Amino acid sequence: MKIAVAIKQVPLRDSPLRINASGTWIEENNLSFEINEPDAYALEEALQLREKHGGEVIVISAGPARVSQTLREALAKGADRGIHIETSSIETASLDTLGVARLLEGALKNESPDLILTGLQSDDLGYGQTGVILAELLGLPHSTIIMQVQVINDVQPGKVRVKRELEDGWFQHIEMPLPAVLTIQSGLNKLRYATLMGIKKAKSKEIKVIAAADMDAPPPPSVAIEKIYAPEKSKQGQIFDGDARAAAAKLVDKLRFEARVI
Amino acid sequence: MSVLAIVEQRMAGEVLAAAQEFGSPLIAYSIDQPYTADAYTAAAEELIRKVNPTLVVFGHTYQTRDYVPKLAARFGRVLISDVIAAKPPVFVRQLFQGKFNADVRLIGDGPHFVSIQAGAWRAEGSPQVEIFSPSSTTSRQVAEPPFRETARAVDLSAADIIVSVGRGIKEKENIPIVEALAEALGAELAASRPICDAGWLPMERQVGSSGQTVAPKVYIAVGISGAIQHLVGMKGAKTVVAINKDPDAPIFEVADYGIVGDLFEVVPALVEEIKKTKA
Repeated sequence: MKIAVAIKQVPLRDSPLRINASGTWIEENNLSFEINEPDAYALEEALQLREKHGGEVIVISAGPARVSQTLREALAKGADRGIHIETSSIETASLDTLGVARLLEGALKNESPDLILTGLQSDDLGYGQTGVILAELLGLPHSTIIMQVQVINDVQPGKVRVKRELEDGWFQHIEMPLPAVLTIQSGLNKLRYATLMGIKKAKSKEIKVIAAADMDAPPPPSVAIEKIYAPEKSKQGQIFDGDARAAAAKLVDKLRFEARVI
Repeated sequence: MSVLAIVEQRMAGEVLAAAQEFGSPLIAYSIDQPYTADAYTAAAEELIRKVNPTLVVFGHTYQTRDYVPKLAARFGRVLISDVIAAKPPVFVRQLFQGKFNADVRLIGDGPHFVSIQAGAWRAEGSPQVEIFSPSSTTSRQVAEPPFRETARAVDLSAADIIVSVGRGIKEKENIPIVEALAEALGAELAASRPICDAGWLPMERQVGSSGQTVAPKVYIAVGISGAIQHLVGMKGAKTVVAINKDPDAPIFEVADYGIVGDLFEVVPALVEEIKKTKA
C-alpha cells in the first residue's frame, strides 16, 4: 500500500505565545516547533499499516523552510520519503485552509496513494478541515475522527473499515472503498520514538521540495484572520497568589464557607 | 444577509438562535436521510442551490465536522468552524486551543459557511424547521449503527465534587497525588482526554465532548489547560477551581477560584489543609 500522511508543524506544546506586532498572528521568532499531535498519531497509524500490509509511507507538509525539520523527524520515525511544499512567509500568511488543501492536492494527485491520513485538527488554527477538503479536491471518499483503521482488502478494489468517534462515548463503524482520506484522532495507538538507527537512516532519505510559487496558484482566500487577541474572562475568578501553603489555605476556606463542600 | 440554517437534532435550538441573530430572512431545514458524509454533502449542496442563501449556519457537531468542510469546498469556500460570537461578516473563533480569540472575516460572495460552538448561543423559541428530502442518496461510505463500547461503570454526572486531572500531571506514577486530593474531599476522580488516551485512567473517567458531561457543585481542574473539548463537558459545574502553572491557561477564564502554581506543591498542601480542617 502507498500511504500518504499530511502533517503540520505547530509551536511546541506549552510554548509561551505572544501576539505579533500587526496583531494578526503569533510572534514566531524564538519559538520551537514540532509535529501537530494528531498528525503524529496519523503517522504512527500509517507506519503500523505498512508493517501489516507492506508498501510505502510518504509524509507531506506545506509550510516555510522550518517545516523540513519536522519532515526529517517523521522520516527518522520510519516514513520512507517526504514532500515539502515550501511557502514564503507571505504565502503562508495569505493561505486559507482551502488554499493549503489545494497545494497538498497538487503534490499528491500524481502520487495516487491508496490511503491518505492526517490528524483530525491542528493545535494552532484548529479548523479541523484540511483532510476533508483534500478528499473533496481529490474526489475521494473520507471519514473523520477515526479511532481504528482496518484495511479489509489492500489489493484492487481496496476497502477499509474504520471506527469513527461520535459524541458522548458513542462510536460507529464505516466502510468505504480505497483510495480514501481519513482524519485520525489522538490516542488511537501508542506513538513510537525515533531510534538512533532511524535518525541515521533519515539523513539519506529523500525530501522532495516543491516551491508553492511553482504550483498552480491557490484560489484567493474566502476567509481571513483580521486580528487575534486574548479572550475576555467569562467569570471574574479569584486567583490566590503566594506560596502553595497560603494559597491552599485560602482555597480551602472558600470551599468550606462559599461552596460549602467541606 | 439571507441565512439558511441546516439543523440536526443536536444543537438545533442554538443554531436557530444564532442564525436569527446573523441575518434575515431565515430559512431552516433538516435533511431527511440517514447520515453519511457523501449523502449529506450532496443533499446540502442541492438544498443550498435551491435556497441560494448568503450564509449557511450549522452547529459544530461531529457530523458537521465530518461533511461541511467538503460541502464548503464544493462552493470554493472555507467553513468558519466552532464560532463563539459574531458580528457578521466577522466571526469570532478560538485559536491555540482557546489561548487566543480571532476575528475572522468572510471575503467575497456567498454562500458562506459557519458552524457555531455548543453552548455559545442560548436556544430560544422554536422557529419552523422544514424537512428537505434530497433527490439522490448515493454514498461511497456505508455506515453501521452507532454503538457504545461498554456500559459505564462510573457515573460522574451524579458526583457532588469532582477532582479532574490533565497533562500537567506529567506521568502515570503521579496520579496518586490527585487521587489523595479526591479522597480527602470525598470526590470522584476524573480526567481530560490525553490522560485517558494514555491509559493512566480508564476512559469512563473522561470529561469532555467525547466523554462525560458533568455538573457537580465543585469541579477542581488540576493541570488541565482547558481546551474547549474539555470545557464543554464541565461548564455546568456550580463552582470551578483551577490549579495550573500557566497563568494564561484558558481554564482560568471559567474558574471561580484559581491557584497559579506548581500542582506538585499545591495539591499536597491542599490535602494537608483539608485534613486539618476536617479533623
